[in-house]
Amino acid sequence: MRDWLYEPLSAERFGWMVLSILILLGVLLFLVTYAIYVQRKLLGWMQSRVGPNRVGPYGLLQTIADVLKLLTKESFVPTHADRPLYLLAPIVAFAPAFVVFAVIPLTDRIAFTDIGIGLLFYIGVASLSTLGVIMGGWASNNKWSLIGAMRAAAMMISYEIPLVLAALGVVMLAGSINLVDIVEAQRGVWNVVPQFVGFVIFLIAALAELNRTPFDLTEAESELIAGYQVEYSGFRFAIFMLGEYVYLFAMGALIAILYFGGWLPPHPALDFIPGIVWLVVKTLFFAYLPFWLQATFPRVRIDQLMTFSWKVLMPLALVNIAFTSLVKTIAGGVS
Amino acid sequence: MPEVYVNSLLFIAVFVVVALGLPIVAFGLSRLLRPHHFYREKGETYESGTEPFGTSWVRFKVKYYMFALLFVLFDVETLFLYPWAVVFDRLGLFAVIEMFVFLFLLALGLLYAWRKKVLEWN
Repeated sequence: MRDWLYEPLSAERFGWMVLSILILLGVLLFLVTYAIYVQRKLLGWMQSRVGPNRVGPYGLLQTIADVLKLLTKESFVPTHADRPLYLLAPIVAFAPAFVVFAVIPLTDRIAFTDIGIGLLFYIGVASLSTLGVIMGGWASNNKWSLIGAMRAAAMMISYEIPLVLAALGVVMLAGSINLVDIVEAQRGVWNVVPQFVGFVIFLIAALAELNRTPFDLTEAESELIAGYQVEYSGFRFAIFMLGEYVYLFAMGALIAILYFGGWLPPHPALDFIPGIVWLVVKTLFFAYLPFWLQATFPRVRIDQLMTFSWKVLMPLALVNIAFTSLVKTIAGGVS
Repeated sequence: MPEVYVNSLLFIAVFVVVALGLPIVAFGLSRLLRPHHFYREKGETYESGTEPFGTSWVRFKVKYYMFALLFVLFDVETLFLYPWAVVFDRLGLFAVIEMFVFLFLLALGLLYAWRKKVLEWN
């Protein structure tokens, strides 16, 4: 499918592409449904509970029941809210999380788009979802949601810089921002080995970008009663949640591509397994990791959170870049 | 090769349409299915069950804007590093030294903010 991008487009091929984009959306909705189920089940087990087990066999239909419930719940605009912004916010929060999948290649042959600036596109579009969060929080005209939205904005912008700086190390190794080229550059050894510090910075910053525990201050149930979502109900709330979980999978796929060789198998002997299986397995692992951390770590305080990004992650990321360029210069014999 | 991107950009547009379409369709569907019983008390702002007072559109802690300002500065500077990283192999030693100077200035800026206590939350 990637070859099609370089040939004149026929109506038939366009139809196939649109169909495959819709299939991607369907797969993502399925994954999100079961990610929520798996999250609840895992958290239950890790806390010696059973988790959802009433709706369907082993509670497998629980999330579907929840979605149907949300669909039929009354959803009104609070009297004092800023109506247009309030209505627009869930859409702005969700759309970027799905659009970033446009640049994520599934294998070297299957990609929806193939633009030279893949990684930059991802980073740029993904940060738009912050806008949806702050729009929702401000437009609700609720004190809880305003605090939640302000915290979300402060946190997301603080952790975006370490994230972008950490990814720079990968770009230097590959010599390209195109995600396909970045994966191909990992044929010998996965980036996680030469860029281990970068990987750790990226992972921590990604958790913060995703608003996941230990950085889930924006939604802190116990202090902010769900933060920016307080005034949202029914399907508007569901779309916020959906955007959050879709972003989780997008980030999982990006970590797999940047640091874990994307569709490349761990050893060339395992080449017979199709690349897409490897990518999906790695993506699912990194989408699952936050759930595990959620059961392990307590929530940090806001001052710890902000100073950690600026005083620890950012200097570390700068050192990582300097070190990478130094090693590359010496090893590559740059004249 | 600008023309090779035409198809890619077209599909990005399709992605955008699908991403905007899903919530809009879902809201439409939900509008048909859900009940509509609105009364005045329901529309009040939620403040843990007590009578809400005042608006929340107030002046906010200035600390957040300081971080926003820092973010804009560092984000733009970070973006300068990307083209450099892409052509790193072809540039030679001179560019490496140039970029070390740039990174040094970046670190100096961070240090300045640090010493000025901008990075303290309280």
